[in-house]
Amino acid sequence: MQLNTRHFGTIEIDEKGIIDFPEGIPGFETTRKFVLLSNAGENNPFRWLQGVDNTDLALVLVDPKYVRPDYMVDVDDSEVEILDIKNAEKVLVFSIAVIPEDLSKMTVNLKAPVLINTENNRGKQVVMENGDYSVRHYIMEELQRTGGQK
Amino acid sequence: MLVLTRKKGQSIMIGNDIEIAVVDIQGDQVRLGINAPKNVAIHRKEVFLEIQEENKKAAEVKPEMLGEILGEKLRIKNEE
Repeated sequence: MQLNTRHFGTIEIDEKGIIDFPEGIPGFETTRKFVLLSNAGENNPFRWLQGVDNTDLALVLVDPKYVRPDYMVDVDDSEVEILDIKNAEKVLVFSIAVIPEDLSKMTVNLKAPVLINTENNRGKQVVMENGDYSVRHYIMEELQRTGGQK
Repeated sequence: MLVLTRKKGQSIMIGNDIEIAVVDIQGDQVRLGINAPKNVAIHRKEVFLEIQEENKKAAEVKPEMLGEILGEKLRIKNEE
Protein backbone atom coordinates (compact mmCIF):
# COMPACT_ATOMS: atom_id res chain seq x y z
CA MET A 1 0.00 0.00 0.00
CA GLN A 2 1.03 3.59 -0.47
CA LEU A 3 1.91 5.83 2.42
CA ASN A 4 2.11 9.57 2.08
CA THR A 5 4.79 10.42 4.64
CA ARG A 6 6.02 13.78 5.80
CA HIS A 7 9.71 12.88 5.72
CA PHE A 8 9.98 10.57 2.72
CA GLY A 9 7.11 11.62 0.51
CA THR A 10 4.97 8.86 -0.94
CA ILE A 11 6.42 5.42 -0.31
CA GLU A 12 5.30 1.88 -0.99
CA ILE A 13 4.97 -0.38 2.05
CA ASP A 14 4.08 -4.02 2.53
CA GLU A 15 0.94 -4.25 4.67
CA LYS A 16 2.17 -7.55 6.04
CA GLY A 17 5.08 -5.67 7.56
CA ILE A 18 2.91 -3.32 9.61
CA ILE A 19 3.77 -3.55 13.29
CA ASP A 20 1.09 -3.11 15.90
CA PHE A 21 2.00 -1.02 18.94
CA PRO A 22 -1.01 -1.56 21.23
CA GLU A 23 0.09 1.22 23.58
CA GLY A 24 1.60 3.50 20.98
CA ILE A 25 4.85 4.91 22.34
CA PRO A 26 5.28 7.50 25.11
CA GLY A 27 4.60 10.93 23.65
CA PHE A 28 2.67 9.40 20.74
CA GLU A 29 0.20 7.14 22.47
CA THR A 30 -2.38 7.39 19.69
CA THR A 31 -0.08 6.16 16.92
CA ARG A 32 -0.57 2.40 16.93
CA LYS A 33 0.78 1.19 13.58
CA PHE A 34 4.34 1.46 12.34
CA VAL A 35 6.62 0.05 9.67
CA LEU A 36 10.36 -0.44 9.76
CA LEU A 37 12.23 1.29 6.96
CA SER A 38 15.89 1.20 6.16
CA ASN A 39 18.29 2.95 3.83
CA ALA A 40 19.56 0.75 1.07
CA GLY A 41 23.15 0.00 1.96
CA GLU A 42 24.96 -2.55 4.06
CA ASN A 43 26.78 -1.60 7.27
CA ASN A 44 24.04 0.77 8.27
CA PRO A 45 23.18 0.77 11.95
CA PHE A 46 20.09 2.95 11.45
CA ARG A 47 16.47 2.14 10.74
CA TRP A 48 13.36 4.29 10.64
CA LEU A 49 10.22 3.59 12.59
CA GLN A 50 7.61 5.21 10.36
CA GLY A 51 4.08 5.80 11.62
CA VAL A 52 1.35 4.38 9.42
CA ASP A 53 -1.70 5.87 11.12
CA ASN A 54 0.35 9.01 11.78
CA THR A 55 2.43 9.72 8.70
CA ASP A 56 4.10 12.76 10.25
CA LEU A 57 5.91 10.54 12.72
CA ALA A 58 9.23 8.93 11.92
CA LEU A 59 11.82 7.95 14.50
CA VAL A 60 15.41 6.89 14.01
CA LEU A 61 16.28 3.54 15.51
CA VAL A 62 19.71 2.14 16.20
CA ASP A 63 20.74 -1.38 17.18
CA PRO A 64 21.98 -0.79 20.75
CA LYS A 65 24.66 -3.43 20.28
CA TYR A 66 26.56 -0.92 18.11
CA VAL A 67 26.84 1.21 21.20
CA ARG A 68 27.00 -1.46 23.87
CA PRO A 69 27.95 -4.88 22.51
CA ASP A 70 26.84 -6.42 25.79
CA TYR A 71 23.47 -4.63 25.83
CA MET A 72 20.83 -6.66 27.62
CA VAL A 73 17.13 -6.11 27.87
CA ASP A 74 16.15 -6.72 31.47
CA VAL A 75 12.47 -6.07 32.10
CA ASP A 76 9.73 -7.54 34.23
CA ASP A 77 7.59 -10.14 32.49
CA SER A 78 4.57 -7.89 32.93
CA GLU A 79 6.24 -5.21 30.81
CA VAL A 80 6.45 -7.58 27.85
CA GLU A 81 3.29 -9.60 28.43
CA ILE A 82 1.51 -7.64 25.75
CA LEU A 83 4.10 -8.75 23.20
CA ASP A 84 3.27 -12.41 23.84
CA ILE A 85 6.85 -13.48 23.29
CA LYS A 86 7.27 -17.21 22.64
CA ASN A 87 10.77 -17.02 21.20
CA ALA A 88 13.19 -14.36 22.43
CA GLU A 89 15.31 -14.74 19.30
CA LYS A 90 12.46 -13.40 17.21
CA VAL A 91 12.40 -10.12 19.11
CA LEU A 92 14.18 -7.15 17.57
CA VAL A 93 15.66 -4.63 19.96
CA PHE A 94 16.21 -1.00 18.98
CA SER A 95 17.07 2.26 20.67
CA ILE A 96 15.41 5.49 19.64
CA ALA A 97 17.94 8.10 18.59
CA VAL A 98 17.70 11.84 19.08
CA ILE A 99 19.52 13.62 16.26
CA PRO A 100 19.89 17.35 16.95
CA GLU A 101 21.24 19.98 14.54
CA ASP A 102 24.64 19.53 16.13
CA LEU A 103 25.33 15.93 15.13
CA SER A 104 28.04 15.50 17.71
CA LYS A 105 25.31 15.71 20.33
CA MET A 106 23.37 12.72 18.99
CA THR A 107 22.03 10.44 21.71
CA VAL A 108 20.24 7.12 21.98
CA ASN A 109 17.80 6.01 24.63
CA LEU A 110 19.31 2.87 26.11
CA LYS A 111 16.95 2.91 29.08
CA ALA A 112 13.79 2.47 27.04
CA PRO A 113 14.37 0.12 24.11
CA VAL A 114 11.78 -0.57 21.45
CA LEU A 115 11.02 -4.28 21.24
CA ILE A 116 9.39 -5.79 18.16
CA ASN A 117 8.17 -9.37 18.22
CA THR A 118 8.56 -10.44 14.60
CA GLU A 119 6.40 -13.53 15.16
CA ASN A 120 3.23 -11.54 15.74
CA ASN A 121 4.38 -8.10 14.53
CA ARG A 122 3.72 -6.46 17.86
CA GLY A 123 5.88 -3.74 19.33
CA LYS A 124 6.36 -1.78 22.49
CA GLN A 125 8.80 0.67 23.98
CA VAL A 126 9.69 -0.77 27.38
CA VAL A 127 11.36 1.04 30.24
CA MET A 128 14.16 -0.72 32.10
CA GLU A 129 13.62 0.68 35.54
CA ASN A 130 16.44 -1.49 36.88
CA GLY A 131 19.96 -1.10 35.66
CA ASP A 132 21.79 2.10 34.91
CA TYR A 133 21.39 2.58 31.19
CA SER A 134 20.92 6.17 30.18
CA VAL A 135 17.95 7.82 28.52
CA ARG A 136 20.46 10.05 26.70
CA HIS A 137 23.57 8.16 25.75
CA TYR A 138 26.00 10.11 23.53
CA ILE A 139 27.03 7.87 20.70
CA MET A 140 28.98 9.80 18.07
CA GLU A 141 32.31 8.79 19.52
CA GLU A 142 31.36 5.12 19.57
CA LEU A 143 30.01 5.18 16.03
CA GLN A 144 33.16 6.81 14.72
CA ARG A 145 35.29 4.24 16.43
CA THR A 146 33.39 1.24 15.11
CA GLY A 147 32.75 2.89 11.73
CA GLY A 148 29.11 1.80 11.96
CA GLN A 149 30.14 -1.86 11.92
CA LYS A 150 29.29 -4.34 14.65
CA MET B 1 -6.59 15.17 41.71
CA LEU B 2 -8.61 12.94 44.01
CA VAL B 3 -6.73 12.34 47.27
CA LEU B 4 -7.63 9.34 49.41
CA THR B 5 -6.07 8.01 52.57
CA ARG B 6 -5.39 4.28 52.66
CA LYS B 7 -3.78 1.97 55.16
CA LYS B 8 -1.47 -0.90 54.41
CA GLY B 9 -3.50 -3.70 52.87
CA GLN B 10 -6.19 -1.40 51.46
CA SER B 11 -6.89 -0.80 47.78
CA ILE B 12 -8.30 1.65 45.30
CA MET B 13 -10.27 0.74 42.17
CA ILE B 14 -9.98 2.87 39.06
CA GLY B 15 -12.80 2.00 36.71
CA ASN B 16 -13.67 -1.67 36.71
CA ASP B 17 -10.30 -3.01 35.68
CA ILE B 18 -7.57 -1.21 37.58
CA GLU B 19 -6.69 -1.85 41.19
CA ILE B 20 -3.99 -0.13 43.21
CA ALA B 21 -3.14 -1.69 46.55
CA VAL B 22 -0.95 -0.35 49.34
CA VAL B 23 1.22 -3.41 49.89
CA ASP B 24 3.63 -2.02 52.44
CA ILE B 25 4.66 1.22 54.10
CA GLN B 26 8.20 1.72 55.35
CA GLY B 27 9.08 5.19 56.59
CA ASP B 28 8.45 7.59 53.70
CA GLN B 29 8.22 4.84 51.09
CA VAL B 30 4.99 3.27 49.97
CA ARG B 31 5.04 -0.04 48.14
CA LEU B 32 2.16 -0.19 45.66
CA GLY B 33 0.72 -3.19 43.90
CA ILE B 34 -1.12 -2.65 40.62
CA ASN B 35 -3.60 -4.86 38.81
CA ALA B 36 -4.45 -3.63 35.35
CA PRO B 37 -5.29 -5.00 31.91
CA LYS B 38 -2.34 -5.85 29.68
CA ASN B 39 -2.96 -2.89 27.41
CA VAL B 40 -2.69 -0.28 30.15
CA ALA B 41 0.84 1.04 30.61
CA ILE B 42 2.12 1.59 34.13
CA HIS B 43 5.19 3.68 34.85
CA ARG B 44 6.92 5.73 37.50
CA LYS B 45 5.78 9.21 36.54
CA GLU B 46 9.13 10.98 36.41
CA VAL B 47 10.67 8.25 34.25
CA PHE B 48 7.69 8.17 31.95
CA LEU B 49 7.76 11.94 31.45
CA GLU B 50 11.44 11.76 30.63
CA ILE B 51 10.87 9.07 28.01
CA GLN B 52 8.01 11.07 26.52
CA GLU B 53 10.25 14.13 26.20
CA GLU B 54 13.05 12.17 24.56
CA ASN B 55 10.64 10.60 22.06
CA LYS B 56 9.25 14.00 21.13
CA LYS B 57 12.77 15.30 20.55
CA ALA B 58 13.57 12.20 18.54
CA ALA B 59 10.55 12.89 16.33
CA GLU B 60 12.06 16.24 15.31
CA VAL B 61 14.77 14.54 13.28
CA LYS B 62 15.20 15.56 9.66
CA PRO B 63 16.13 12.73 7.27
CA GLU B 64 18.90 14.87 5.71
CA MET B 65 20.73 14.83 9.01
CA LEU B 66 20.85 11.07 8.98
CA GLY B 67 22.21 11.09 5.47
CA GLU B 68 24.98 13.36 6.70
CA ILE B 69 26.01 10.93 9.39
CA LEU B 70 26.14 8.06 6.94
CA GLY B 71 27.76 10.13 4.21
CA GLU B 72 25.33 8.81 1.65
CA LYS B 73 22.16 9.93 -0.04
CA LEU B 74 19.04 8.47 1.50
CA ARG B 75 17.27 5.78 -0.42
CA ILE B 76 14.37 4.32 1.46
CA LYS B 77 13.24 0.74 1.16
CA ASN B 78 10.76 -1.26 3.16
CA GLU B 79 12.54 -3.69 5.45
CA GLU B 80 11.49 -7.34 5.61
